[in-house]
Amino acid sequence: MHIDYLVRMANDIGAFFASEKDPTVAAESIRLHIHRYWDPRMRSRIVEYYNESGGNELEGPVRIAVQRLAGEASAKA
Amino acid sequence: MHALDFIDPGTPAVPTPSEGAPQQVTVEIDGFTVTVPEGTSIMRAASLLGNQIPKLCATSSLKAFGSCRLCLVEIEGRKGYPASCTTTVAEGMKIRTQSEKLGQLRNNVLELYLSDHPSESECCSSNNRCELHEMAAAAKVSESRYSLPAVDGVAAGRNHQGSLQDDSNPYFVFNQDACIVCSRCVRACDEVQGTFALTIQGRGFDSKVSASQAESFLDSECVSCGACVEACPTTALTEKSVISLGRADRAVATTCAYCGVGCTFKAELKGEQVIRMVPSRDGHANHGHACVKGRFAYGYATHADRITKPMIRSKITDPWREVSWDEAINYAASEFKRIQAKYGRDAVGGITSSRCTNEETFLVQKLVRAAFGNNNVDTCARVCHSPTGYGLKNTIGESAGTQEFDSVMQADVIMLIGANPTEGHPVFASQMKRRLRQGAKLIVVDPRQIKLVRTPHIEADYHLQLKPGTNVALMNSIAHVIVTEGLAHDQYVSERCEPDSWEKWKAFVSDPKNSPEAMEEVTGVPAMAVRSAARLYGTARNGAIYYGLGVTEHSQGTTMVMAIANLAMATGNLGRVGVGVNPLRGQNNVQGSCDMGSFPHEFSGYRHVSDDAVRASFEVEWGVPLQSEPGLRIPNMFEAALDGSFRAVYVQGEDIAQSDPNTTHVTAALSAMECVVVQDLFLNETAKFAHVFFPGSSFLEKNGTFTNAERRIGRVRKVMEPLGGYEDWEVTVRFSNALGYPMNYTHPSQIMDEIAALTPTFRGVTYEKLDELGSIQWPCNDAAPAGTPTMHIGQFVRGKGKFFVTDYVPTREKTTSRFPLLLTTGRILTQYNVGAQTRRTHNVVWHAEDRLEIHPHDADVRGILDGDWVGIASRAGETVLRAEVTDRVQPGVVYTTFHFPESGANVVTTDNSDWATNCPEYKVTAVQVVKVNQPSEWQKRYRELTERNTRIRRDTGVHA
Ligand code: SF4
Ligand code: SF4
Ligand code: FES
Repeated sequence: MHIDYLVRMANDIGAFFASEKDPTVAAESIRLHIHRYWDPRMRSRIVEYYNESGGNELEGPVRIAVQRLAGEASAKA
Repeated sequence: MHALDFIDPGTPAVPTPSEGAPQQVTVEIDGFTVTVPEGTSIMRAASLLGNQIPKLCATSSLKAFGSCRLCLVEIEGRKGYPASCTTTVAEGMKIRTQSEKLGQLRNNVLELYLSDHPSESECCSSNNRCELHEMAAAAKVSESRYSLPAVDGVAAGRNHQGSLQDDSNPYFVFNQDACIVCSRCVRACDEVQGTFALTIQGRGFDSKVSASQAESFLDSECVSCGACVEACPTTALTEKSVISLGRADRAVATTCAYCGVGCTFKAELKGEQVIRMVPSRDGHANHGHACVKGRFAYGYATHADRITKPMIRSKITDPWREVSWDEAINYAASEFKRIQAKYGRDAVGGITSSRCTNEETFLVQKLVRAAFGNNNVDTCARVCHSPTGYGLKNTIGESAGTQEFDSVMQADVIMLIGANPTEGHPVFASQMKRRLRQGAKLIVVDPRQIKLVRTPHIEADYHLQLKPGTNVALMNSIAHVIVTEGLAHDQYVSERCEPDSWEKWKAFVSDPKNSPEAMEEVTGVPAMAVRSAARLYGTARNGAIYYGLGVTEHSQGTTMVMAIANLAMATGNLGRVGVGVNPLRGQNNVQGSCDMGSFPHEFSGYRHVSDDAVRASFEVEWGVPLQSEPGLRIPNMFEAALDGSFRAVYVQGEDIAQSDPNTTHVTAALSAMECVVVQDLFLNETAKFAHVFFPGSSFLEKNGTFTNAERRIGRVRKVMEPLGGYEDWEVTVRFSNALGYPMNYTHPSQIMDEIAALTPTFRGVTYEKLDELGSIQWPCNDAAPAGTPTMHIGQFVRGKGKFFVTDYVPTREKTTSRFPLLLTTGRILTQYNVGAQTRRTHNVVWHAEDRLEIHPHDADVRGILDGDWVGIASRAGETVLRAEVTDRVQPGVVYTTFHFPESGANVVTTDNSDWATNCPEYKVTAVQVVKVNQPSEWQKRYRELTERNTRIRRDTGVHA
């Protein structure tokens, strides 16, 4: 799946939680949202992107959220 | 004329008071006693006794008028002969409805009317009933002493016989010679529809019914709702279908298949042929009213374009080949199995439709989850109201509107946001207008000047004409005023909401950055107007919010729904009659398709697939293990198709190639798939990319239920055999069986039983109960066996209501010097959604093409005149439409409808979407508009493709 599309979606989610002052709370909300609403192939694609590139286009807490998703994925594997 | 089987009590029922029971009054009529609520007319009281007093100007949908003097009665102890329609009962009254004197008086009236009325046989030839002749026959009056003597066959003197007929309206005619000037039509237009298009012009002999300023019906302001035709007691207003097809001999109750109002109808039939559709007086959503779509635009169901034979082809550029049902179904099943074997279980999916029944939708999602073995099922509600589901679920706990439509009659201030009910939800609009004429206040939040801003006898108190895409900014500034000016309902909030979320939210909206003054720059709405409107809503006894796709179809759609719920909670406007948060749903079964679990992450009743207990209940019932991970949403399916991980889709009753944004992208995705199965009435846009076509069945051809915008479940009843041989749910059953997952339903009621068994909010719903009650608003269970008109009474479904901080995040879609205008989209009364149905009816006389509305200033600087062809280019694509220069839109904003595929409105819309749900941002696209003299490249390609991809090779000897 086109990574630009997924990065844009993730950042859109992040923008909603941007008003959350505590970045760990924001990151957790973003992670949960992606976890609950994204098809696994979308999640693994963004995790793959994060693992390969460090996820520099992911804004603020979105990057932490995806990092956690990456952790989840490797724990499962 | 009213419905076949309707007994007209002549005057309306007395409205039930909002508190307490009405006073009862007992009277005696012709020796029989009857007890009725105070305020009831004598005519109605008599009717309840089975005694129908003769009448002409009275009908129960209208206020009594007292003009014909046919309904006279005698009252003991009173002088004279009062009219029974305008005289109300009083305790102990003794009334006589028959006497020699009354007979004489009535006969005299009848003779006067008959003297200037077509003969009985002339009236009969229209196939319509004529109450005047019926009354005369009952009174045994056959000749009139007042008829003019004829000289050489011509009446000696003036009368109205031989007047011109107005047959300009495609659905009904007006014959002045049969008109008795009772003004029932005029009053129906005023009181029922609220359009005020008809008047009685002139006086005495010259009085005549006139549409607008003596125009033809078609050219007048008439919206062709048909209320006048139904109200007319004579043959003066008659449906053309009745004239051409004859009188109906039976009637079947069913539900309209167009918009989310979900009007109840009687389909009047002769054999299997629909003669006319008559809205039911006892319909809970419509109370006997209808609009031009539901009442008249059903001809598509038997249109020659209907595809009634299954078809297959191996490449989308091949011509279609008609095959038997078995061959089509087996081919589709073998393709799905092949693709899953090759690319994995998750490479296939299904799309359900808001136009199909609950049972059909439920079955498709069951097919996907149980037979395909994945969760790749989504519904077209994705592209309209998915933010409503998400936003309301998270704030108040249930993904649905909080009220019933009738609740609006107790609203004092109505805030209407991003909705255009007179076009999109016409029957509800009529009810809302009735309430506004009674004095309720109106705040309109819309970038465009919709009709309700100013229409006869109604003027919005505030029109907050914001820039497209700034809803959340405006809502935050309204909330700012509510909180900082002390208009919040602290006690309500402290009893019902989470205190932490409240404190956080209060601090957020109170921030000066959210004040109307600070936001004025962003929204373009003067701060004073925002403040005044906020005060009006904030101080209302009952404040009700109604909203439409102008709220949801934005990158911040979900945020806006939450902002609306926040505001309603903060002002205590939830949990009783007259208030609430009410999404107006576009298509008939948007609510139902969401309820039925056709979202990739949710089972029916909005329960997440990862919930083990819920999933286990489905696994037990369905006998297979189910996936706990969410599947693909529609836009994700397109992305996955382009990367090769999604190869086949079963699309029931939905036209994604026309209705979804960024058409070029969608069609590329569809072209990349190996097996697209389309089930539809017509070879729609998506079918151009399909490999298998299953003929669909119209709402007239099947049994099932629809759920309207007020959560009301209503029955759809079969009135004719499906043209393709099967009801839609039967096709899904066969497909599933061919895939090896057995389904054994023989009637949709069994599917409803399964829904009820698996879904707590539907637990009490059965077809028997629907037959008994007419309709049911869910939740319907042991706690509410007859359903739930008003939700969240006492406490929120969520438990405590939760406020969400709703920061304004501007859309990515920004105007630039290349794309300096904002395009927004909407709809029109006579056409419906992608237009597949209404374009195939006479409704095209009102709207034969989509036009681009542009402000005179913007038109001027581009040298564009009204009616010019203009090119509209966005970052996604380019199309050409004809311009309509109007100040309904603001400078900088252009607007179009999207009812015709060749308009390509979605060629220009982008794939920006709502952050939470991926609902596309249809309502904001940055564009440039220029004058052109030829169709766009896309349109040229479209024509070629249509030519190539819709060929059908009809072999002889193929049988279904
Ligand atoms: S058209 Fe029909 S309803 Fe209207 S005034 Fe004439 S008779 Fe009455
Ligand atoms: S208002 Fe909606 S449901 Fe009612 S008749 Fe019109 S289209 Fe049908
Ligand atoms: S019906 Fe009462 S006056 Fe006409």
